[in-house]
Amino acid sequence: MTLKYLVAGTLGAAMLSSTAFGAAHEAQGRDGNVNIIFWQAASTMNPYLSGGTKDINAASMALEPLAHYDENGAMVATLVDEIPTVANGGVSEDLTSITWTLSEGITWSDGTPLTSADVVFTANYCMDETGGCQQLAKFGGVTSVEAIDDLTVKITFDGPKPFPYGPFVGSTTPILQAAQFANCMGTAAPTCTDQNFGPIGTGPFTVTEFRANDAISLAANPNYRVAGKPAFATVNFKGGGDAAAAGRSALETGEFDYAWNLQLAPEVLADMESAGIGTVLTSYGPLVERLMINMTNPSADLGDERSTVAHPHPFMSDMAVRQALSMAIDRPLLVEIGYGKAGKVTCNVLPSPAIYNSPNNAGCEVQDIAGANALLDAAGWEMGSDGVRAKDGVRLSILYQTSTNAVRQDFQALIKQWWAEIGIETELKNISGGVFFGGDQSSPDTFQKLFADLEMYANNFDGTDPEAYMRNWSCAEIPSPENAWLGGNMPRHCNADYDALVAEMGGTADINERARLAIAMNDMLMQSYTIIPLVHRGNVSGIANTLEGVKLNAWDAELWNIADWSRAE
Amino acid sequence: MLNFTLRRLVFTVPTLLLISFIIFLILDLAPNDPTGNLPLTIPPEVRANIRASLGLDDPMYWRYILWCQQFFVNEPLNLLNQWFGWCVGDCENRLRVTSWATRSPVVDLIAERMPQTLWVVGMSYVVGILIALPIGVISAYKQYSWFDQAGTFVAMIGFSVPTFFTGVLLIVIFSVWMPNDSVFWLPSIYDTTHKVTDWGSFVFQMRQMVMPVMVLALYNAAQISRFMRASMLDNLSQDYVRTARAKGLKEKTVLLVHVLRNSMIPVVTVIALGIPQVFGGAIITEQIFKVNGLGQLLIIGIEGADIPLVQTLTFLFAVLIVMFNLVADVLYGLLDPRIRYD
Repeated sequence: MTLKYLVAGTLGAAMLSSTAFGAAHEAQGRDGNVNIIFWQAASTMNPYLSGGTKDINAASMALEPLAHYDENGAMVATLVDEIPTVANGGVSEDLTSITWTLSEGITWSDGTPLTSADVVFTANYCMDETGGCQQLAKFGGVTSVEAIDDLTVKITFDGPKPFPYGPFVGSTTPILQAAQFANCMGTAAPTCTDQNFGPIGTGPFTVTEFRANDAISLAANPNYRVAGKPAFATVNFKGGGDAAAAGRSALETGEFDYAWNLQLAPEVLADMESAGIGTVLTSYGPLVERLMINMTNPSADLGDERSTVAHPHPFMSDMAVRQALSMAIDRPLLVEIGYGKAGKVTCNVLPSPAIYNSPNNAGCEVQDIAGANALLDAAGWEMGSDGVRAKDGVRLSILYQTSTNAVRQDFQALIKQWWAEIGIETELKNISGGVFFGGDQSSPDTFQKLFADLEMYANNFDGTDPEAYMRNWSCAEIPSPENAWLGGNMPRHCNADYDALVAEMGGTADINERARLAIAMNDMLMQSYTIIPLVHRGNVSGIANTLEGVKLNAWDAELWNIADWSRAE
Repeated sequence: MLNFTLRRLVFTVPTLLLISFIIFLILDLAPNDPTGNLPLTIPPEVRANIRASLGLDDPMYWRYILWCQQFFVNEPLNLLNQWFGWCVGDCENRLRVTSWATRSPVVDLIAERMPQTLWVVGMSYVVGILIALPIGVISAYKQYSWFDQAGTFVAMIGFSVPTFFTGVLLIVIFSVWMPNDSVFWLPSIYDTTHKVTDWGSFVFQMRQMVMPVMVLALYNAAQISRFMRASMLDNLSQDYVRTARAKGLKEKTVLLVHVLRNSMIPVVTVIALGIPQVFGGAIITEQIFKVNGLGQLLIIGIEGADIPLVQTLTFLFAVLIVMFNLVADVLYGLLDPRIRYD
């Protein structure tokens, strides 16, 4: 008998005894019903057909990935015994494949066993090009997913993949049951309404009633792999209304136990919390509200070459101007007015996970109008009689665009005022979110086209690895008419040194080395002021005081550990 | 009358086809994108793929024809299949109008939401009418009395204070300030999954309906009571009323038989024309109380650029409006013998 079996045996015995002792108190479903409100109602329970956070959260109660991210962004094994790494042999030495081994004895909620065939099926389901899978990016570079035996799956990539945890890690890519979804491949995917609304999963709950865009009723999964969990027998997952109503129901009336995403004015939230029924929790992921400077000329006179690298921006290409724009901003005030408990000042575009947070850019917290003025004076931008600086006939007049959103419009107004104090004239523009973030080629107002001098929005990345996120600002990612305005490099930042760092990160597996590279890239962007970070935004949720075990998670679905939730005595 | 009705019915066909095309054009030309609300972490190639899978790459006229085929042919055939078990053609794989957001048939979504919309919005309409008619009659009969003044005041409030204000006000009073264990405490969030099985669950259903129904009923009553009052006043000064009184009829008979009957003619038309709005749901009130009926379905569809859903819903509303216009015209003829269409 090998050591591994011994350990497994002891663990098994320990688990058996603990369940035997605790059975009287620890029965599944002992705490009755839990009420959850998501003011954006869930449309489906299949995260492969919807990238919406609300749908991914709803699905996370029934479907599980191989591994989750915990509240600190660390990976925790869910359907496997251990996370594969190079050290334990799970990831090949050349970084081109990863091998997952499922835990023994896991069953679906219908009682049939979970096998590697289900994992292979799920990969094929999403990678079928005609299906419109919304999580396809997670499978980027995957050439094959094959079952080695009943419990072992090998994922092979088309080249070295230093961070091979894209597929099946985190609630965006859970495992679907092959038997249930067998007839839902490709173009048939949307026709499988029953499957998409009631997927059979390995998670703590199963769907009993699904009302699209309204409410979902769930009951504890009798075949859940952990004895005595979940503590709740049923879940009522209600959708609809708005953030204020959701907050009221959890923090003031006590009708709900958990209210998701309470993006409310700081004083409104504080007022609700003072009722004493619930508390507001915040978790910080990588979401940063930032200004993206347009390094190219957006002038309408340029026709098709508008906002392309062919024409540098007449004044934004001067670093002194960009730096002055950043110096004139009072970030603590922005946080206080716009986000309160739900935000903090950041001087980095990559503020988390903690190991990627650069220590080299501190100091942006302090507004420095005088310094900004001096900087512009030194750079030769002279104050005109109308209060606007100019040099060689070029006036510092900015078109500043963002999406329509009360907080963003407040920010615009404040920032416009500060920039006026340093002799920069600002014209404000806001565009409906659906248009601004939508990819409509015929619209001139998309955030990719950036027909303005700068724009403001928030962005983040999925999971904990910033490689793909940082690649956004390489030369190849610049949106232009040639690539149908696709690509994430809104500032049109192009720097060979930056691209070299991107390439280096693509071949580095060691986590500390990767952190060093990511910090170097972040610093390059920050110190050239092509991206001006404003606020590190958190996720805010309201939780009733009687609900225990909630660990708000910015790296995975917020409901990732709902199996561990319970009712306080 | 039958001739008139048939002629009007025939005319509705081109009207509705034109309406459906205009709706389609408006939705299609609007700058919106079903992938616009997805998280930014989803890359553009994947978005392009999603759009292609939704059929957005096809030319516009083709998408319109496809919708017409799905809506006018496939959906009715599917209803036959569901209701009577008749199967015409390929029942299993028939393409139905499918929502982009939920990837489920739009007609099923609408059917799922119909009950709560009819319960809440329909009930509020009935309650509104029941309140409005007596108020209108008494206000007119006792014109400029304190009752009339009070009625006018309430109507003015119901008419001019928006439901998003009265709704939230009621929630603050009855859900937040009221202690949770009080009999007067009312839930602020409507539970659509609640099923009425016994007395207790019926009481719960009533309690959760009280606030949305009252908010909407106030609004409806305000409107209808003013019509009722105006119509009564028109009739009260007519010669036939004097004649009736001169004949020595009791005041009650004069008022409730002679005057009320004649005054009801325009009011019935107004009520009939208002019925499509009941099906249209009450977008704002549904949103406030999380009733999640047809109104909320429409709003979610619009926000998410779910074109098949919005197209189908708005078209159904158009059908109802056209139909109830016809019903109102026919009713008019039936109630008032002086009006003849032939």
